[in-house]
Amino acid sequence: MRFLILISSFLISTLCAAQEYEVEQKNKMFSVKEITLKKGDTVHFKNSDKIFHNVFSLSDTQFFDLGSYPKGESRAVKFETPGKVEVECAIHPQMYMVIDVKE
Amino acid sequence: MKAAVCFLIVTTGALLVRFAVASEQQYNFKAGDVSLQHWLMPVRMDEPKDNKQTAQRIALGKMLFFDPRLGRNKNISCATCHNPLLGWSDGLPVGQGHQGVPLPRATPALYNTGFNVLQMWDGRKRSLEDQALAPMAADTEMNVDFDQMISFINSFPEYRAAFKTAYSEGVTKEKIAKALASFERTIVSDNSPFDDWIKGDASALTGDQIAGFKLFVDAEKGNCAVCHNPPNFTDNGFHNIGLKVAREKPDLGRYHIRKVAVLKGAFKTPSLRSIAKSAPFFHDGTAKNLAQVMDHYLQDFTHNKGVSPALKTIKLTAQEKQQIIAFLHSLSDRNEIPTLPVLPQ
Repeated sequence: MRFLILISSFLISTLCAAQEYEVEQKNKMFSVKEITLKKGDTVHFKNSDKIFHNVFSLSDTQFFDLGSYPKGESRAVKFETPGKVEVECAIHPQMYMVIDVKE
Repeated sequence: MKAAVCFLIVTTGALLVRFAVASEQQYNFKAGDVSLQHWLMPVRMDEPKDNKQTAQRIALGKMLFFDPRLGRNKNISCATCHNPLLGWSDGLPVGQGHQGVPLPRATPALYNTGFNVLQMWDGRKRSLEDQALAPMAADTEMNVDFDQMISFINSFPEYRAAFKTAYSEGVTKEKIAKALASFERTIVSDNSPFDDWIKGDASALTGDQIAGFKLFVDAEKGNCAVCHNPPNFTDNGFHNIGLKVAREKPDLGRYHIRKVAVLKGAFKTPSLRSIAKSAPFFHDGTAKNLAQVMDHYLQDFTHNKGVSPALKTIKLTAQEKQQIIAFLHSLSDRNEIPTLPVLPQ
């Protein structure tokens, strides 16, 4: 959890239903192995490596392919369906994490 | 609450800075310099908990690896394609399987395969144990009838004893796979002139080889290290490197395993350790030598939409190209080829 940056203020988040999270791609790893969030929350996948990454999920719960993007760029996914979402990097298969979306 | 938020941001920021420094460090190109030490291979290789390396398992695996009688026609072994005299490959553009039928891809060299995150050109196998039986089972490769093969192995007291000593009584497919994986984990390339230079022997590399190493890691020159990362000269990743493909039936590589657009025509980044021993090169064997490999990467990829974003158009002089090739030769391991096993008769 130490690398997980909660970019929305906690004070604001208590007033809003949906939260926004940031997961980094750094040293060919995701900054967290697993996170739990609520339906409607958004995760920003930020590339902090000098190389390209390509975050995707082929999970039944939610499918997405964020395409390849370089250092400094971030792409977001809003999670609308409860369930487990396995997230990988297409280029670097050792990069793997799970997002547990709760009702 | 505000204090907690500030603490989180400050702590995270500090960690980010530390990692940035670690990953973007500048090299000091002097033999033995501390900045270069991450190019040395790890001393130990990870092993599965249920298949720890033992001398007996390695010896059994070596016998199985070199025994040509395990193929359906009793004339093809693992070593037929993964020949230690040819850099644990076969010297052919693409492999030849059962009855000499050409296979769609080149035979990968086995150096340091135990360090791979995934096995096979398309990464469809996770471990060496998982991989070992695949070429045996494939009707285009060894085309093994496993019941027949196990019966054959069981007909030799020496093999039965070797299985019992290495694992337990009885010959099974699972034990065959484990023994082969144990042997394959001994095929390691970590004792090259480059390694000596990294350890501090200034005479281990020539001036051209050191210049080639500089070009290799320079993102504005060779840009090779963008994928061929330390220490095993691979990012364990998958890239479309812009090789020409047949239009009628292109080999989509990793895309067959993961249906993600960037993986169309993408194949695993091979380790470059001992690479000079296993020509020809690329997954389709189209580069006859390292000069042709370099010529491929010196193309203009600007208009090739399917190519990996890691690739960029590079410019090297003829001398710089030769220096990178000279450097690649310095990665050749000097470990001796293992002695051949005595097979049960």
